[in-house]
Amino acid sequence: MATLISGFIGKYRIVRRVDTLPLHKRVGLMVVAVIGSMLVSSILIIPLGVNPLIAYYELFKGAWGSKLALSETLVRFTPLLFTGVAVALAFLARFWNIGAEGQLYLGAMFATFFGISFYGIPSYVIIPLMLIAGFIGGSAAAFIPALLRCKYGIDEVVTTLLLNWVIYFIMQAIIYGPWRNPVSAWPESPAIAQEAELMRILPGTRLHLGLFIAISIAMLYYIVYSKSYWGFELKLIGLNPKAASVQGIDVVRNMMIAALVSGGIAGLAGAVELMGIHFHLREALSHGYGYTGIVIAMLGLLHPIGVVLASFFMATIETGSQAMHRTTGIPYPLAFVIEGITLIFALIAVFFMEYKVEKVGGAK
Amino acid sequence: MIPPELLEVTFWISVFSLTFRSAVPLIFGTIGEAFAERAGVLNLGIEGMMLMGASIAYVVTFNTGNYWLGFIIAGITGLLMGILMAFLTVTLGVQQHVAGLGITILGSGLSFYIYRISVPTPGGIPPHVTSFPPIYIPGLSDDPYIGPIINQPLPAYIALLVVVLAWFVFYKTNLGMMIRAVGENPRAADTAGINVYLIRYIALMIAGFFIAWGGAWLSIAHTSLFLPGMTQGRGWICIALVVFGMWDPLKIFLGALLFGGIDAFQLSIQALGYFNIPYQLFFTLPYIMTIIALIIVSRRVIYPSALLKPYRREEA
Repeated sequence: MATLISGFIGKYRIVRRVDTLPLHKRVGLMVVAVIGSMLVSSILIIPLGVNPLIAYYELFKGAWGSKLALSETLVRFTPLLFTGVAVALAFLARFWNIGAEGQLYLGAMFATFFGISFYGIPSYVIIPLMLIAGFIGGSAAAFIPALLRCKYGIDEVVTTLLLNWVIYFIMQAIIYGPWRNPVSAWPESPAIAQEAELMRILPGTRLHLGLFIAISIAMLYYIVYSKSYWGFELKLIGLNPKAASVQGIDVVRNMMIAALVSGGIAGLAGAVELMGIHFHLREALSHGYGYTGIVIAMLGLLHPIGVVLASFFMATIETGSQAMHRTTGIPYPLAFVIEGITLIFALIAVFFMEYKVEKVGGAK
Repeated sequence: MIPPELLEVTFWISVFSLTFRSAVPLIFGTIGEAFAERAGVLNLGIEGMMLMGASIAYVVTFNTGNYWLGFIIAGITGLLMGILMAFLTVTLGVQQHVAGLGITILGSGLSFYIYRISVPTPGGIPPHVTSFPPIYIPGLSDDPYIGPIINQPLPAYIALLVVVLAWFVFYKTNLGMMIRAVGENPRAADTAGINVYLIRYIALMIAGFFIAWGGAWLSIAHTSLFLPGMTQGRGWICIALVVFGMWDPLKIFLGALLFGGIDAFQLSIQALGYFNIPYQLFFTLPYIMTIIALIIVSRRVIYPSALLKPYRREEA
């Protein structure tokens, strides 16, 4: 027992890799993580008397099988891409932003303020205005934990997690109280101005302009990540904050900026969901997109392309599980189980990128 | 203007009763978390462990009618999740923040899933189970002042025992000494012949066990039903409370009473209906107080030195 769970696993031991694993192997490990999580999740499907292969077939068919299905997957992909990029950017700067969920809601609240206050303003004015408001709202939500982290060294993980709830309850208080839409049966704000609604880009579907905004943000992240000096600094900080600091990089300032931009991008997710799908501020604006963003960032190795692929995969799982639920009766929360296991397996994959397990006394 | 009810004894008795009830999940969760952190592991899986505890306790009680069985199996489920957390953070030594969040996301999804496949919900109404009844002490329980405060389900008293037990383990036993040693200086502990990995596994198993009881309290003692996400971020309050209580069981107990008290007071005062502000704003109080408490103590607390640091014997 003692040797089994020590650093020596039986006759094997854990050794740090000297070399960096080539990209295709790192991507391969993440693919294994995804497939592994779906295999493990099958254990939960089998007791229901459903063949997991059929369940997953229904899931993918429900996500990709028709124009409507694919459009719904892209509708889900949109907010997830925002939160995925938001979390990845923050993690790159070693700011462990777990608050994308709250930042999303505060962004939506800021955007709603303009959306329900000004009617009759041309779209090309009100839409950018609300997007900026969403960004600022998200940044504001990230500002407090970022400041506490940088000034007092208070763990941002706890403060962002706590703020998620504070913001959520404030949002509830507003839609049950001052912003309550008098003509709705359930609590929500009045509808935003029609001019503020994002254009539908495919007739007969809910697919909206927000998709392009999300992709633009992902492309901006790509430029920051691979082409800019700031991205270079962030990556150095990510590798070794102390070494980066010695080289004259202002770690705290970079972390602060990354946190604010990260919060802003999460806030954009809220604004875009409001303007593209819901048109009312309501409790169901996010289905845990902020938390899924964490899974996406880790699975995507914080890399822009990885984040896009991971967002699309998560959107597939979440959309497809609804269809799978309808056709096979498997409860849709299976999607969140798959997400949780994927995050755990992604972590294990990252472990194998940095370490290898070798035989004690064996040849190198 | 002071609402007249605030001057009445009955109001305060109900506040104290509710304080006790609100503190119980915080006590279980925070004491559990203290075991993990004393051993050097920040366990952000706490929220998922609590949710799994709530779900499993409910499902087992629903199917067997035996709330004791539900309570025990919930604890064992937490213990197993503690092993998973230990595998990730101790054996592999991966990033503790993210490992914990993975367990939380898994736990919130799985608790929902297990509930959905085990319990038929006709018309979407979750069925109530037979939950822990309030205890009855002849004489005292009928007292109009003391009765409402002490007539609580038995797990509330188990929580008090857990505080004493944790204090005893930390300061009076070999195990407690070893847990503190591997959380402060694992290399020195290793040199002294302590199996760092084994002790951290044990600490996380204890942590998971108690944390899951915090969730079980919510579903089969405080209420008699399970709702997805019913812990409502209590796990995160525990994470802050363990710092506030400086990893000491008795201080944690006082902190849990304080936060339970804030919660009870806000619930009681808004029930009076004097304040014309949305009640959801009251809900934010415990979370805001937690952040303020963190700011206040941040300059004075000394974290376990090895917190967040994986131990790898091979690496000097």
